[in-house]
Amino acid sequence: MDFGFIKQVFPLYVHAAILTLKIGILGIILAIAVGLLCTLILHKKIPVLRQLVSIYIELSRNTPLLIQLFFIYYGLPKLGIRIDAFICGVIGLAFLGGSYMCEAFRSGIETIDKIQEESALSLGLSHNQALFYILLPQAISISTPAFVANIIFLLKETSVFSAISLMDLMFTAKDLIGIYYKTVESLALLVFFYLIILLPVSILGSYVERKVRYAGFGS
Amino acid sequence: MPALLEIKNVVKNYDGKTPVLEGVSLELNRGEVIVLIGPSGCGKSTLLRCINGLEAIQGGEICLEGKAIDYNKKDLTGLRQKIGMVFQSYELFPHMTILDNIILAPTKVAGVNKERAKKEAMELLNKVGLAHKAKAYPRELSGGQKQRVAIVRALAMHPEILLFDEVTAALDPEMVREVLDVMLDLAKQGSTMIIVTHEMQFAEAVADRVYFLDKGNIVETGRPKSFFSAPKTERARQFLNIFEFESIKDEKEEYNI
Repeated sequence: MDFGFIKQVFPLYVHAAILTLKIGILGIILAIAVGLLCTLILHKKIPVLRQLVSIYIELSRNTPLLIQLFFIYYGLPKLGIRIDAFICGVIGLAFLGGSYMCEAFRSGIETIDKIQEESALSLGLSHNQALFYILLPQAISISTPAFVANIIFLLKETSVFSAISLMDLMFTAKDLIGIYYKTVESLALLVFFYLIILLPVSILGSYVERKVRYAGFGS
Repeated sequence: MPALLEIKNVVKNYDGKTPVLEGVSLELNRGEVIVLIGPSGCGKSTLLRCINGLEAIQGGEICLEGKAIDYNKKDLTGLRQKIGMVFQSYELFPHMTILDNIILAPTKVAGVNKERAKKEAMELLNKVGLAHKAKAYPRELSGGQKQRVAIVRALAMHPEILLFDEVTAALDPEMVREVLDVMLDLAKQGSTMIIVTHEMQFAEAVADRVYFLDKGNIVETGRPKSFFSAPKTERARQFLNIFEFESIKDEKEEYNI
């Protein structure tokens, strides 16, 4: 193991990790927003939009992220839409993650007994108030485990971004191997940096899961 | 002057199939307590659900203060502020503290200022002996306590009418009493209530009038004393007899659980 080399290229990895994180965080926030929006459309049974959401979910869940990215990055410019690689990454992640987040929220809402909503309605709350004060908060805490799993899954998926020439961790590692043939060092750093990003998320995730589980359920 | 609540020939069926209510009529005046009894599936819970608009009706009409309920409205919030309901399974909101459960509707629906809502909630909780649980979550309470909170939550909206749907049916025997006592107190204070229950002695004590339902029809109605001691119809007699027998069996079953 060439520690001199590791020390030398370390800043490159830090740089790449920040890019990976930036895309990851933005993509996941968007994915949550898309997921919530789709959940609302499905829950409210809004015509037309509802069918579109179903198509979107099937499309997003049954195609690999790599292909989605290729389509956005190489396919769309052919149709006259040119998007910056960074934004492509964010959109790709949101496109993939939105459907997973939606499914997580939806299964959460479906778990809640209908009579909880009726109980809210019987107090004079409107359907929307019942949704926002009663159903969604419970759905979010019920789906937290699925939610955390999705976040970790999406962060791991960022490793395909190198395919659209984003200088993320994977790109950096491949680049360095190509230039210096320091395969072991480059890959060890790659693993190290992914762990640095994902372990805290994992630990925080299980903490949050425990928290919401004891916050108010079991009645 | 019309009665506070008039139920006229109400017909209810699910998916156009066998009717659950086949033309039920009754009247409820301010300050009156009505008890609905009858075998399971006779339509008494369904009737309560129709009264506060959780179920639409297919025939007849239900009028509150002389105005018929319009079931086509998307949100029947106005109606439901006047008619409170307490469910068998309490249905407290598990992600909120007891206090938040109680002040949710007053603050979000009735537009009461939060501090005032809290103050009033604490007064109500105090009346049912649960002020010390205000900061607790529903899962930390016993069934009887939860049901008392559910009653307080409905009361916090100052409804004209309170509906009780078998509120003690899910409770352990020793908790039934604490809930029934709260309801007896309410009746003493002149609350207007419709109660569905299987607690016959309680029904006799609390009711101004008893309605006996069977297969979606009101079979018999009368003052509680005369109804329970000398039911006029054969069907009611049968039901009350069966109930005596069942109540003995129920005790045994409690121990088997």
